[in-house]
Amino acid sequence: MKPFTYSRAASLDESRTATTVAGAALLAGGTSLLDLAKCGVTEPEQVVDITRLDGLDTIQASSEGARFGALARMSRVAAHADVLANFPAVAQSLSLAASAQLRNMATLGGNLMQRTRCGYFRDPRAFPNCNKRNPGSGCAALGGVTRNHAVLGTSEACIASYPGDLATVLVAFDAVVHLGERAVPADDFFLLPGDTPDVEHPIQPGEVITAISIPGSAAAKRSTYLKVRDRQSYEFAAASAAVGLELEADGRTIRDLRVALGGVASKPWRSRAVEAELIGKSLTEEAVCAASWRAVDGAVPHGDNAYKIELAPRVVARAILSLGGLA
Amino acid sequence: MVTPHPNHKPPEHGIHLMTDTIKLDINGKAFTLAAEPRVTLLDALREHLGLTGTKKGCDQGQCGACTVHLDGERVLACLTLAAQAEGKAVTTIEGLAGEDGTLHAVQAAFLEHDAFQCGYCTPGQIMSAVACIREGHAGSDAEIREYMSGNLCRCGAYPHIVAAVRQAAEAVR
Repeated sequence: MKPFTYSRAASLDESRTATTVAGAALLAGGTSLLDLAKCGVTEPEQVVDITRLDGLDTIQASSEGARFGALARMSRVAAHADVLANFPAVAQSLSLAASAQLRNMATLGGNLMQRTRCGYFRDPRAFPNCNKRNPGSGCAALGGVTRNHAVLGTSEACIASYPGDLATVLVAFDAVVHLGERAVPADDFFLLPGDTPDVEHPIQPGEVITAISIPGSAAAKRSTYLKVRDRQSYEFAAASAAVGLELEADGRTIRDLRVALGGVASKPWRSRAVEAELIGKSLTEEAVCAASWRAVDGAVPHGDNAYKIELAPRVVARAILSLGGLA
Repeated sequence: MVTPHPNHKPPEHGIHLMTDTIKLDINGKAFTLAAEPRVTLLDALREHLGLTGTKKGCDQGQCGACTVHLDGERVLACLTLAAQAEGKAVTTIEGLAGEDGTLHAVQAAFLEHDAFQCGYCTPGQIMSAVACIREGHAGSDAEIREYMSGNLCRCGAYPHIVAAVRQAAEAVR
């Protein structure tokens, strides 16, 4: 790590001001920032610790909705009884992420700001060409080892996948990211790489994530997060699905369905095609399996990651069927 | 100011770097060190204070060898700045046994079950296991495996580690 100064923000305004200073970085749990500083991906000159700010770690959840302060820690939210009761997919996505130690450290706001795990992005010394790190320098991943790269939402400039679990659930349930006064739908908080993969969020200098809110819904109450990966635990998703299901009073017609994919796209990937295909239909294995293939509409393989195009629909189907008691 | 650990040797730098004064509460004792702001809690423990029980494995948050407790919760010392730990109670493997040397139940169980081979990951495993039991996440072998997954053992002593954690959990209960 290159040397930096350390200070503690005394107020939210002070942390907002810090984001306008070139070379300054906000420090919350530190699990991403210090890791990337050690890799040489980020080289802050000033680190401003915001974890001692009061009132930003509240956790509220009911059938009406949820609101989490940006500094609420992953382990706390994952274990919160009201979150488990009303937003089980949120709790599961957090419990299945990282390790117990990291979940004790990492905050929800920091979780949203985590960077891709693309091995080329994370190794500047060996791979100087990365459009995300160094715009215009090219993409070392193209033609490289791409097992963990994205098949959806990629561009010629970048095929990195978004690695997070929580945000996949957030986009499925129309969550909102609060930047003080400004509220940004979670789906819009993550940008497609396009020609500018270095720009990942619409957050502006002077803005700091203050909270995340999720509207309550029957689908959120009956929800799950299914994560499939190369090892049982402590691993990023090869493919994951956040799913919520609401049935009509007849107990078999789908009234509401939410589907989002993780581990396969350049951003948390809402799959409205699967939702539209199944809403109003009867919940049957045949219908679900057929519709789940719409999850990879437009997918483009890049060598080693082609398996994700077959894996992702199966993960979606299994998640829907397990919620419906059919798997 | 409390005297630093007897093994303390300040690091030698070829160039002058800005240092901060950092006050830490480690295993119930107060320490003051002069260190650059970028010094992690792990390096502060090992290189500044001579507390080498906490191990450096990957130094990138992937192996769990550096697990310590901050205010009773397990965290990774390699991804925590020493400055972030100011005002919090740090517990390391050196602080686990009783004053008279009586081993903690988890330490005793690791010995009894031979839950290590080379031993390098063991301090992190033990600190993680103590927290795992305290959190109530040691109810079954499957739960122990899941909640201990942040601690890697390259020797592959996992079956014995699970057995040790299970026994210690029962002993604590």
